[in-house]
Amino acid sequence: MSVAKPGQKRATVAKPKAATAKGSKPQPTPARQPAPDAGVVLTDEQKRRRRARSLAIAGVLGFLVLLFYVVTIVKLGPNVLNRPL
Amino acid sequence: MMSDVSVSLNKTAGASDIAGGMASPGDFLALLKPRVMSLVIFTALVGLVRAPDHVHPVIAFTALLCIAVGAGAAGALNMWWDADIDAIMSRTSRRPIPAGRITPGECLAFGLTLACFSVGVLGLLVNVLSAALLAFTIFFYVVIYTIWLKRSTPQNIVIGGASGAFPPMVAWAAASGSLSLEPILLVAIIFFWTPPHFWALALYRADDYARAGVPMLPVTAGGDETRRQILLYTLFLVPLAISPALIGYAGIAYAVVSTVTGAGMLWLAINVYRKRTGDDAVRAARKLFGFSILYLFLLFATLLVEAVIPGV
Repeated sequence: MSVAKPGQKRATVAKPKAATAKGSKPQPTPARQPAPDAGVVLTDEQKRRRRARSLAIAGVLGFLVLLFYVVTIVKLGPNVLNRPL
Repeated sequence: MMSDVSVSLNKTAGASDIAGGMASPGDFLALLKPRVMSLVIFTALVGLVRAPDHVHPVIAFTALLCIAVGAGAAGALNMWWDADIDAIMSRTSRRPIPAGRITPGECLAFGLTLACFSVGVLGLLVNVLSAALLAFTIFFYVVIYTIWLKRSTPQNIVIGGASGAFPPMVAWAAASGSLSLEPILLVAIIFFWTPPHFWALALYRADDYARAGVPMLPVTAGGDETRRQILLYTLFLVPLAISPALIGYAGIAYAVVSTVTGAGMLWLAINVYRKRTGDDAVRAARKLFGFSILYLFLLFATLLVEAVIPGV
């Protein structure tokens, strides 16, 4: 159903390395091979997008905090200072 | 037997292969239908400014934000439900779900969250009436229009158009806490503007709608009947759009703008009615579609200017 964007790699699930047969030459390990227990490994593109989403959510939350604060002040109005002590 | 099992396994693997978490913030923004949202914000702003009561700018901004986010949520839920036909139609095939950038589940969660949040915040920070109207607008667009009417009747956009017409009324209620004839008139103008606008588009996109199985009027009743309906709705729309000036809700500037642009709208609708074949017919429908957007914009912009600059 889902189609990855052209040139984009999907997240891959790390698999344990196959045991090397006794006496055979050890194969060179490919660069950036995930550790056997690494779980889901994100591509660089996926990490970049996750970071962008996190920043967007942080921005929205920060904005909401500010909005709620300002609306509270506005709704209280100036008379909030004129209360009996 | 073995091949059946492997086919079944492959299908299962394919179904679970939908990659969530691939979307960028821009993809989520696209779910909100920003172009539709801009029209909603604009018409809501007019409702807010025309309302008789003064409203604090911060509260006004909050109301507009909630209405915009509520409209965006309705758009996202519409994209969630219509993902199958969006993938078929060329106009919508690059939307985030059919393009595979966002999963349907992510879209549904996003839409529901924003819908609840926009209604809740509007109710808490502005007033309950406007929040109830916004909730009804979202419900009407998603359930009545998208889920029920869109695929079942050629009158889909006539009835469903009401949801696109409600924003100025929601904004009016946000500013004043009540309703009157003027916001209902604004709703009526957008309501009767919607059929000529969308049927003009459907005339030159009829193949797209037919392929997707959406019973738009040109698909079910043919081009000639659609042209007749466009003309009839335009004949009703133009005097209705002038009426705020006639009953004293709007000034001279609005009277002039609504009359001149109404004449243009009527002329283009007559052109669509007369030119029924070939490139001329497509050109006429495109012109009416394009001008209808300008028409609605100019009507509401004039109302806005008259409210902001008294004496215009």
